[in-house]
Amino acid sequence: MAQLLERYQDLLLKLVLLSPVVVLLVTIATMVWRTTSPVEAGVAVDQPIPFSHKHHVGDDGIDCRYCHTSVETSASAGMPSTGICLSCHAQLFRDAPALAPLHDSARTGKPIRWNRVYDLPDFVFFNHSIHVAKGVACVTCHGRVDQMPVMVRHEALDMQWCLACHRDPAKHVGPLDHITAMRTLPPISDTEREQLLRMLQLEDRQRMTDCSTCHR
Amino acid sequence: MTGSDNETAVSPGTPVLEAGWTAGGVTDKIAGIVLGRGGPWTRGWKAHWRWRSALLITFTGVLVFLASSTWLFMRGVGLFGVNIPVAWGFALGNFVWWIGIGHAGTFISAILLLLRQRWRTSINRYAEAMTLFAAGIAGLFPILHLGRPWFAYWLLPYPNRMELWPQWRSPLVWDIFAISTYLLVSLLFWYVGLIPDLASLRDKAGSRAKRLAYGLLALGWRGEARHWDHYETAYLLLAGLATPLVVSVHTVVSLDFSIGNTPGYHSTIFPPYFVAGALFSGFAMVITLAIPLRHYFKLQGFITLRHLDLAARVMLACSLLVAYGYASEIFTAYYSGDIYEIHMTEDRYVGVYAPVYWAYIACNVFIPQLLWWRRMRRNVIALLLISLIINAGMWMERFLIVVQSLHQDFLPSSWGVFIPTFWDWTFLLCSIALFVWLFLMFIRYLPLISMAEMRGLVHDTAEEQAP
Amino acid sequence: MKRRPPLFDHAAVAVETGAGSLADPGRRRVLKLMAASAALAGSGCSEPPQEKIFPYVDMPEGIVPGDPVFYASTLLRRGYGIGVLVETESGRPIKIEGNVAHPASLGAADAQMQAEILTLWDPERSRTVMQGQRLSTWPALIDALSQRRREEEHTGGRRLRLLTGPVTSPTLLAQIREVLAHFPEARWHIHDASDSGTRAAAAERVFQRPVRTLYRLDRARVVLSIDAELFGPSPDGVRNAHDFMIARRQSPRARLYALESTPSLCGSLADDRRAMSPLEMEAALETMAARLGAAGVAARSPGPPAAAAQGEHAPAVPTVADPPWLDKLCEQLMAARGACVVAPGPSLSVRAHVLAWRINALLGNIGTALIPLEQEGAQPWGGQPDVASAQGGEPIYPSNLTKLVEAMHDRSVDTLIMLDVNPVYDAPGSLDFAEALQHVPWSLHMGLYRDETAHRATWHVPMTHVLEDWSDARSHDGTPSIVQPVISPLYGGRSPHTLASLLATGQTISAHERVRTTWRGLWHEEGDDAFEDRWRTALGRGVIEGVPGTVKQPQGSILDEPPPRRASTAGAPSGDALVAVFANDSNLITGEYANNAWLQELPRPYTKITWDNAALISPATAQSHGLHSGDVVVLTATDAPASVRAPVWILTGQADGVVTLPLGYGRGLGGSTAAGHGFDAYPLQAVQEDIPQRTRVITMTPTGDRHDFARTQHDMDTHGREPARVVELRRNEASRNATAAPPSAARGAATPALPPRSRPPAPSLYPDHEYNTYAWGMTVDLDACIGCNACVVACQAENNIPVVGPEQVSLGREMLWLRIDSYRDETRHRTQFQPMACQHCENAPCEVVCPVGATMHDSEGLNVQVYNRCVGTRFCSNNCPYKVRHFNFFQYSLTDPSSAAHANPDVTVRQRGVMEKCTYCVQRISHARIQSQKERRRIRDGEVVTACQATCPTDAIVFGDMNDPDSQVSRSKSSSRGYAVLEEMNTRPRTTYLARIDDPEAGLEDDDDRKR
Repeated sequence: MAQLLERYQDLLLKLVLLSPVVVLLVTIATMVWRTTSPVEAGVAVDQPIPFSHKHHVGDDGIDCRYCHTSVETSASAGMPSTGICLSCHAQLFRDAPALAPLHDSARTGKPIRWNRVYDLPDFVFFNHSIHVAKGVACVTCHGRVDQMPVMVRHEALDMQWCLACHRDPAKHVGPLDHITAMRTLPPISDTEREQLLRMLQLEDRQRMTDCSTCHR
Repeated sequence: MTGSDNETAVSPGTPVLEAGWTAGGVTDKIAGIVLGRGGPWTRGWKAHWRWRSALLITFTGVLVFLASSTWLFMRGVGLFGVNIPVAWGFALGNFVWWIGIGHAGTFISAILLLLRQRWRTSINRYAEAMTLFAAGIAGLFPILHLGRPWFAYWLLPYPNRMELWPQWRSPLVWDIFAISTYLLVSLLFWYVGLIPDLASLRDKAGSRAKRLAYGLLALGWRGEARHWDHYETAYLLLAGLATPLVVSVHTVVSLDFSIGNTPGYHSTIFPPYFVAGALFSGFAMVITLAIPLRHYFKLQGFITLRHLDLAARVMLACSLLVAYGYASEIFTAYYSGDIYEIHMTEDRYVGVYAPVYWAYIACNVFIPQLLWWRRMRRNVIALLLISLIINAGMWMERFLIVVQSLHQDFLPSSWGVFIPTFWDWTFLLCSIALFVWLFLMFIRYLPLISMAEMRGLVHDTAEEQAP
Repeated sequence: MKRRPPLFDHAAVAVETGAGSLADPGRRRVLKLMAASAALAGSGCSEPPQEKIFPYVDMPEGIVPGDPVFYASTLLRRGYGIGVLVETESGRPIKIEGNVAHPASLGAADAQMQAEILTLWDPERSRTVMQGQRLSTWPALIDALSQRRREEEHTGGRRLRLLTGPVTSPTLLAQIREVLAHFPEARWHIHDASDSGTRAAAAERVFQRPVRTLYRLDRARVVLSIDAELFGPSPDGVRNAHDFMIARRQSPRARLYALESTPSLCGSLADDRRAMSPLEMEAALETMAARLGAAGVAARSPGPPAAAAQGEHAPAVPTVADPPWLDKLCEQLMAARGACVVAPGPSLSVRAHVLAWRINALLGNIGTALIPLEQEGAQPWGGQPDVASAQGGEPIYPSNLTKLVEAMHDRSVDTLIMLDVNPVYDAPGSLDFAEALQHVPWSLHMGLYRDETAHRATWHVPMTHVLEDWSDARSHDGTPSIVQPVISPLYGGRSPHTLASLLATGQTISAHERVRTTWRGLWHEEGDDAFEDRWRTALGRGVIEGVPGTVKQPQGSILDEPPPRRASTAGAPSGDALVAVFANDSNLITGEYANNAWLQELPRPYTKITWDNAALISPATAQSHGLHSGDVVVLTATDAPASVRAPVWILTGQADGVVTLPLGYGRGLGGSTAAGHGFDAYPLQAVQEDIPQRTRVITMTPTGDRHDFARTQHDMDTHGREPARVVELRRNEASRNATAAPPSAARGAATPALPPRSRPPAPSLYPDHEYNTYAWGMTVDLDACIGCNACVVACQAENNIPVVGPEQVSLGREMLWLRIDSYRDETRHRTQFQPMACQHCENAPCEVVCPVGATMHDSEGLNVQVYNRCVGTRFCSNNCPYKVRHFNFFQYSLTDPSSAAHANPDVTVRQRGVMEKCTYCVQRISHARIQSQKERRRIRDGEVVTACQATCPTDAIVFGDMNDPDSQVSRSKSSSRGYAVLEEMNTRPRTTYLARIDDPEAGLEDDDDRKR
């Protein structure tokens, strides 16, 4: 009786049998994609007050620590209190409509509701002070905020990104007096780097990559 | 029971195929079941209410299984009776039990093939199907019992942004590979074996839809000599590949336990002991399925008492092996002088789980001894009962190994008891329903006996009987 | 895990509820606080919600955002102060630690103090003023109250009564004095359900003053506890435990003996304990007094044999034919005269207490090992309060509850102010306070919860939690301290001081002002600056120096004070009658903590029962009544219709013929956690001669019903294993010959040592870990552990350990990382406690079997559990020989605002389906590490203190770096008593134990006796 399928059809059919392989590859790709940090880099977050780091840091040259007061002492870098903002803006741009939320806050005593830009998972315990103390400059993670009219997330905060530095910190640390400097540092000589590392006394790689270093 | 079932008709030399079957007749008979000529799904409810109610019941079970799984994922694994110290319960017991059942198929198809046991011919097809379904269901349970099943894929080595990999010292990781390999090879083996039959079905099928469906599955099989040649080679290769797996899978499964330090887990006898147990329950299940099949589809001609007899002998052998396993466990416990082992062993005799222990000793050791008598081996009803009992007994053994060992280990302060909940039972029963349903689907749409090989058998037996 | 939705709705709530600059939650530690609800996560990852950041409006002085701030404050226990440090995160109190400077704490805290945080944040606390069942307001109450005042003023307050608990607060006392000055005819009553009146009555009879005993166990060589919960949750429990352990560690080792009706913490620690009924204790006291030569006391045999104590030992009946053990006991006491303590408990009669005073006097202990201390307002004063002297700041003495109820019954009370008491629930049943309350036209209840009394009073005012407003208090030894608020009232409560001043002057005044006024008065500092300085120091240190408690030296009358004649009911129970002994529950005390889930789920030391109380009976009693644990019985008083339905629990070590009824359960109101658990024993309690009785003769009849208890340990037998080891104190032959050598003869006591390890540590297939920085380790001294459970709750508070509820507990799913195992030591007839948490093994079996590497060994030897990697195979728990891992079978951790607010932001809150266990408080380690790294130095010894170690009253737990040979832990590890549990498993645990010391010569029974 007449064959149902021609030979070339059979060939096609057999090729179709290879699909599982394709499926497998796709799955892996999906998984890789799926486990990327849900927080994407390069995202601009709008704020109740259109605060410009470019203006304050870049133009006015205000040091990070003027507003982020506890960056050297505590886990949290600290967000400026209304009071700190008012230390200038009590006079400057008093009536700028953009600053209305600030003055409201001062009046009502209710805090300003800033939108978080850098948002780590809840099971990651990051401490600003130790990173600053070990010569990790602000710019390393936060990028050139002095060029950001609107604050942009510079890194996706993936675990492997953290690990890249924790595995080999020597490459990423800089002299402590340049911590808050916004320009990327000029390359320093090996001897300087050795002195620097001696001074910083970084912990060994094993310790830096222990689960318990970041997860509790 | 048909006439062929009476004692006189059977002697050790009984051929594994009744005389008088022609190649065409065999094919028609088997294909007929699938293609509806004389199949139970052709005529009305009255004629085949058994088949249909079976389908109905099992399908309900499948739906319940799905529903309960959803609920389980929503609420958490606490639905089961597991606790600390007994963190593994029914789920793991069921897993080991099903995996065990999933052994006989490949054993029959692969090992018996290599051993040139012709009697395997008429039972290997559905035994392999049974293997697939059982192993598949077994594979579900480890996932169901996870605390966070949605992360089950973390056990697989795949490149990820966390740069994390499985922890290779853990037998659970080995398990993943053992089981998935086993499933894959069994599937291939089964499918390759099916190809010629699918072609026959394609050619016999009436409607175009059926012909298309079977045609696609037959991958353009034309029965050319070249096809047969490739087929034989592939089949033998797969058989060779499957053979070590029969041993490896349950060995790895047993390592899940014997790697642990818990008294009752930590034992070197486990691998052989588990494999023997697996074949034991596997063959029991083969017989449990064979007897209704041959009766219902009038296959006494193909699945003869000889088959049952031989399968029963295998069971008897396994029963003795398992019994040896039990004995050696007891011996090592006392010989080691380890107070924890001894306590665990004695707890089996008198502890809260003692009834289960004695029950399965009876089911797996004593009752199978009846098979020494040929009367028993060839009495269909008795055989069916015994194999059901063995299935139950093997399940109880798995349960006891998993639970009883944990419930009283090292520090008396942490001792506890596992009491199965409603959900434990639901998942056990529904998994059985799922198994039966899949099997019914299989015999509805695929030839439950290999027509191709049967034709070969016809040929051989014809030669034998020629003067 | 997924992010939780932002917590800020709750922040807003807290702001609205007036949580001021201190309390705006979540300002900075947003990210860490998020951790407090990682648990909310569903499956997989998805786009997280946009989180908000709330900066301060004005940054408070001295607050480093993100760093915890500790405030010194004071908690109240029965009105007495216990100094604490409260850790606050961005203004949210999250943890309580003891205050080293405070005499009642010395840096330690007990379970109830630790759990106080939960009560503080309890969303079920009363929030609104109620008039009857109607919602009302504070102004409305002020009007109503001032109207009452006007009416009472006509009669000088003859029909006005004030009911409080014990009061030591100088401010509150001054205010009450004002009230009594304003209403000369008014009366002040005290109700304290946690103590029978017998102790007070006896002291009153002996000293003619309201005197309580201050124990100085550190000076004691021999301590005899007679049903006295010396280490229990009393104002001085922590201090007693600490002091006794000092004496215990000295050589010669101090000895402890316990006569008790039910196993107590003292009993487990005792060198010898005898189980007997209170009557037999009285008889024993009498015999001792006689033997010590007290005038007018004749040794007598106790009641009929029916009440003979079939204790743990064979018959221990004190008879004239003096039992040998009593002889030895007296010898011991005589040998240690001047340095021993005989401590009677609340279950004893007035007579027994007087006898105890006399024995102490005869032994010359008074003034040395125990000091009579006069404390006004802390206990009822049977004698008439000398109101006349109320004007001039003389001490004023409150009357007792019975007098009040009598007055209420004959309708001579129109106005009743109830301050932080719940008499409708916890007054003795024979008083029937609820009925009496109906005769009071106008009653006001102030309390934390809208409890039984609140519902029956005509007015109810929510009270501020002790940590919510200013006050002051004196400790058990009279040391005053300021109660400093750490958060402004969460649920709009009012301070008792505000109410008191409203009553006295008709003016509301802030507690802060009132307290300062008091101390201005007490200090008479010249000039505000001087005052401010002193005030600030007082706040900083948490104690006020230079204001000692008024110590009254005993009158000469003690010795010739004839013991009162035996009370008529002191007759022993006849026939099959039993003695019921009412006891404070080891967790809920008298019920004030009933709504505290941490304490509800805390296993009782001996029974391991949670969420429940049981009528405790001895095996023999059970046998004679044909009872099994869990059988429900009806207990009926023989002399009154009162009866109680209760499930029994059979407890080895319980005195025969004695049924111990723990109080504090069977609550109907006062919170969803409080209600519906256990039985209420108060209805069975009677009052005699104005004194609430702690014992009552009852009959027990089975009902045939059964009751299931939720317990955490089901097998107290060691089954031939040796988890908790004991080592004998060996001495030189000389002293060995002297039987029952007095402690002085115990010189040359060799340090007890365990036999050297039989075999060398077995090799492991895996390479050893190397630790070049730190190697953390812990030791637990079983000789010092009193099983008080403080560490368990401390761990729970520090590590955000969820509560699972009775059903889950009975399924075996409790989550407490640290558990106290208790094992019966049948050869020594006692129970040994053993704290058991993750041992942080060197060769950890759990690490090998985890398929995803969620439990790993870190470079400092910690066995870390990575929650966010765990998939929940539970293989690690199966493979853990110590079974110290706990699994979130369901979503246990709460994510409601108040739970999230007091969660420790440094610790992840675990999601459903992950394994968890003790981490050696890794958050504290990394805090210390970061600190030391910033200062470019090593972590100092003692810089990392785990939560359990910090709170332990007896310093039984030592933690530190084993790489440092001089560290405390290294020294402790080198002890000859050191051993590892399940050493043969070759897991090489980092937590090791020091064996319990057993002093054979301290035993009271003969050697053949011991052999038995």
